[in-house]
Amino acid sequence: MSFIDIEKNWYPEGVTRCGLGKFMGWLGFLGVIALFGLIAMLVCFYYGLGVTGLDNYFGFGLWITFDLAVIALGAGAFFTGLIRYIIGVDELKNIINLTVIKGFICYSGAMLILSLDVGQPIRSWFGYWHPNVHSMLTEVIFCITCYLMVLIIEYVPLILEQKQLNKIPFLHNLAHQMHVVMPLFAGIGAFLSTFHQGSLGGMYGVMFARPYAFREGFFIWPWTFFLFVLSAISSGPCLTVLICGFMEKLSGRKLTTYRIKSLMAKIGGTMLLIYMVFKYLDTWAWINGVLPRAGLTFDQMFYGLVYGKWLFFTEIVLCLPVPVIFLLTPLRKKPAFMYTGAILACLGVIINRYVFTVQALAQPVLPFTKWVVYSPNWAEWATSGMVIAYGFIIMSLSYRYLPIFPQEVGLNKK
Amino acid sequence: MSGHSFKEFPITWGMVIDIDKCTGCGACMASCQTENNVNPQPEATNKLRSTSWMLVYELTNDKAFPDHDVAFLPRPCQQCGNPPCVSVCPVVATDKNEDGGIVSQIYPRCIGCRYCVAACPYHVRYFGWYDPIWPEGMTKTLSPLTSVRPRGVVEKCTFCHHRWNLAKDAARAAGKDPEDLEDGAYVTACVQNCPSGALSFGDLKNPKHKVHELIKSPYAFRLLERLGTKPQVYYISRREWVRKLGDNYLKSEKTE
Repeated sequence: MSFIDIEKNWYPEGVTRCGLGKFMGWLGFLGVIALFGLIAMLVCFYYGLGVTGLDNYFGFGLWITFDLAVIALGAGAFFTGLIRYIIGVDELKNIINLTVIKGFICYSGAMLILSLDVGQPIRSWFGYWHPNVHSMLTEVIFCITCYLMVLIIEYVPLILEQKQLNKIPFLHNLAHQMHVVMPLFAGIGAFLSTFHQGSLGGMYGVMFARPYAFREGFFIWPWTFFLFVLSAISSGPCLTVLICGFMEKLSGRKLTTYRIKSLMAKIGGTMLLIYMVFKYLDTWAWINGVLPRAGLTFDQMFYGLVYGKWLFFTEIVLCLPVPVIFLLTPLRKKPAFMYTGAILACLGVIINRYVFTVQALAQPVLPFTKWVVYSPNWAEWATSGMVIAYGFIIMSLSYRYLPIFPQEVGLNKK
Repeated sequence: MSGHSFKEFPITWGMVIDIDKCTGCGACMASCQTENNVNPQPEATNKLRSTSWMLVYELTNDKAFPDHDVAFLPRPCQQCGNPPCVSVCPVVATDKNEDGGIVSQIYPRCIGCRYCVAACPYHVRYFGWYDPIWPEGMTKTLSPLTSVRPRGVVEKCTFCHHRWNLAKDAARAAGKDPEDLEDGAYVTACVQNCPSGALSFGDLKNPKHKVHELIKSPYAFRLLERLGTKPQVYYISRREWVRKLGDNYLKSEKTE
């Protein structure tokens, strides 16, 4: 039996996949991008962060923006897990595997970037050894590492369900037992990820000497804590829908019913509506409270193209009410509106993370300093591209060999 | 602006900088670099990457001749009473715990996350982008009193903290109280080398120290005072436009 025939035995029961050559070509294409990023990563480790476009004004740049964005978009995992296992919306079992893999990719990818982004990566464990309990970043370090472990625990039974592995009785039973305790991990994951998303928002909100990002407290948290959680759980399910739709387009096969995708989009849209209300209140309070007290005006928060008002209005107007309408009205029944709504929701959260990361630092607080423009260089782009390619590789391998979509066989019967 | 509480210290070292006396010569910058083993930068033209614990800003009133006016503002670490950098550091690499109210920076503990860089509006924190390399022979200029920082950690002005230890040792040797140093017994390198006498240093709470009086001047101000960082560096200028540039004044606001 040739390798091509053997490989076919690794597929989930009853499905078809593209030819091995085509798949290897796809992996090779992704591998080249990943390899280029890996080289950039090694260059960064060897020569230090001087090879990046970061500087003393922009300690945070593309990498942190990328991290915040993928972590927010990866929030579909914990939130869908919460709804599926804790609240008990059973229908979501048809898409939960995809969200778990997406969450794993997003968090492990963010960890990869973070290991690059700290000046002394081998000291990263100091976050546990010398924790500053007042720092939101400490909470981020705790939650991101713990939650990645939870995601690994959630991902392992999926791997063990691979057709050949599952024939081994021990692995079969292990996968079964892990599934039994999964609601517990879904709960832990939801707790960790909620606090992690919140702490990322809190990280900026507590910078009281940076009026662009500073926000007042609600109990012990600045309210960006809650805004980041809400924006993540609204955009996370939307990205899951987009990934699912993209995979269907790419593979030419139906993976879930439109009803499931529509349900996810509705969940995302509902959360987006709640987020929108609070984001508008936040913006109003920022313009009329935080900024005047700092001696600054709304107009002083924007500059040129890369820090322009267009970003503000795109985020606040185009990427909030428009997707809410698309995702929460009967328009959702039409794929064009549903996917556009999901794209806008994701775009909004990316802009939000960008302005909090970069614009917050670029805005001159000292009156005699000027706006400084930051542009990431090849080393930052290449490593970010590596993580995207890594995500595609993991997802491609998972789709090809693991039984991710319970409805796939039924939906593609001829 | 901030609701955070901040610690009080019986000895509070502070600096008073008379902007009207500063000529912008840069002696403070040079002496700081030498005193604190700041390595020569491979690309010093990139001001966003170079390391200047003490930096002199040029201020202008933006008016045309003959009303045009300039001022120079030396900027060390403001040693904030309520430092935005301390509460954010995830590993307590920077702290304001020791007597004297000097914000410390523990290089071997810093993980280089640069959150303190993001939180500080004064841009006093510098990250080591490159390995510190001294050209051959230049290592002879290294001071044994200050540690050399590796690549990948954040560093900043410490008010030449090592000089305080030396001053305390000298006081002990002379049979004096090291907790009650005379005015001038401990000064930073920049203060010592300022040719125009624009910089003064001392215990802000000690009535025997000159700075104690200077900060009471009606012309004294602190940078970004309304943000609530409570800097221990004060500036003095008799020019209103300079004082206004010290904080973000809205058009309707006056300094006096």
